[in-house]
Amino acid sequence: MEFARTVKYEAELNKSFYKEVVESSGCDKVLECIQCGTCSSTCPVSLYMDYTPRKLMAMIKAGFEEDALKSKTVWICSSCYSCTVMCPSQIKITDVMYALKRMAIEKGYYPKSMPTPVLAKEMNNIISKRGRNSEMYVASMMVLKTNPFGMFKMAPVGLALFKKRRLHIGMEKIKNTKQIKKLLSGLKKREAK
Amino acid sequence: MKSYGYYPGCSVKSSSKSYEKSLLLVMKSVGAKLKEIDDWNCCGATAYFGTDEKMAKAIASRNLSLAEQQKMDDLIIPCTGCYLTLKKSQEHLKEHKDDNIRAALDEAGLKGGDKVALRHPIDVLYNDFGVEQIKSLVKKPLKGWKIASYYGCQLVRPYSDVDHPYYPHILDDLMVSCGAEAVDYPYKTRCCGGALTGTVEDVGLRLVYILLAEMRNRGANCVVTMCPLCHFNLDVYQSKVIKKFGDEYEKSFSKKFEPLPILHFTQVIGLAMGYKYSELGIKEVMVEPKALLKAI
Repeated sequence: MEFARTVKYEAELNKSFYKEVVESSGCDKVLECIQCGTCSSTCPVSLYMDYTPRKLMAMIKAGFEEDALKSKTVWICSSCYSCTVMCPSQIKITDVMYALKRMAIEKGYYPKSMPTPVLAKEMNNIISKRGRNSEMYVASMMVLKTNPFGMFKMAPVGLALFKKRRLHIGMEKIKNTKQIKKLLSGLKKREAK
Repeated sequence: MKSYGYYPGCSVKSSSKSYEKSLLLVMKSVGAKLKEIDDWNCCGATAYFGTDEKMAKAIASRNLSLAEQQKMDDLIIPCTGCYLTLKKSQEHLKEHKDDNIRAALDEAGLKGGDKVALRHPIDVLYNDFGVEQIKSLVKKPLKGWKIASYYGCQLVRPYSDVDHPYYPHILDDLMVSCGAEAVDYPYKTRCCGGALTGTVEDVGLRLVYILLAEMRNRGANCVVTMCPLCHFNLDVYQSKVIKKFGDEYEKSFSKKFEPLPILHFTQVIGLAMGYKYSELGIKEVMVEPKALLKAI
């Protein structure tokens, strides 16, 4: 019988992880967490998370970078801002979730089975190029890229929408796409400096 | 006539056209003139913030600049997702007068954006025109309508200047002014699942089930929403929810899980004002309130 160690040694932690988080937008108060658990109890989806929001705050402080970024928690967060409003330490927990999402994508840690990052990327792409989103296109791309058989599961919803004349297949485009291009490339250049 | 700028957002131009149809009619009735922002772009929704926060704020802010360039003081935003995204971006513009986002916006010819007032139609109807005026426009009081008003999250959180983040009342008040009965229940601002119905369906459907079951059990015979995504989740996924949780509901409450009509709040106000069923696009919702119509 083999025994696996489930707790990390201190040497395996990234003790400065919290610094990275604190510097992200809206995350400046993350160290003020008092571990009261109000966030987890007010969260409508905490029971589906592998780490509850309270645990995640403790993990950030302690340096469990890999575990935090690999967790499904941030992808299950539906950003309803209940925790943010309730937190007695005024931590913008929803913004912390967003920051962890971005880090997880950047560092390649996000769980490959989660469709959310794929959805986000597809949406960004189409908005940057056309200025408008297309619900149908983005939803289809998400399903095709993560679970192609999911298309069958989507079919009844599509059919119901079609019957009610709510299926919009056209792709909209704004007139001044050049302006969006200029805005985004200008911002990218400044951020790189 | 009072003039307002109008930022529709992608949803009311695709799967929730009936929301826009009914909104425009109700606004016309109270005497509000809406002018759509020329060449507006998608707000980026929650997805963009999850990948690149600065790009997200920049892209959303373009709309705010355009609104000011087109001389709009108030901007009506019917989708609460758009509402929050634009509000969050505007907060950033207000707090950062010379960062990279500001500079990139200016460079692309997008000055300003921090002054235009961002308003949800419920806020405009309630605060600029008021319950009494709506009441005076009612031609067909909604007798027998027991309405569960669903506020969702993004309008009242985290910028809760419109109503209370957990115990809001303004939509209930408007429904009462239309002659309906307001059903009280504790989940008025509980999450509808947002994009989870599409991404992590099991979790998303469970959230919708919790809401619908509670509304039913409190005696509602109709639900009104103020956000196209809330509406989509409750309306379009209702049949899936009943299929999945129907037995569980029957076991727990010893009655059948009957589907509820889910309407945009402007459709209900429009009906009370005497507009026709078809003008308001009510045929486009999945469960039509046919029995309730007979009562008025």
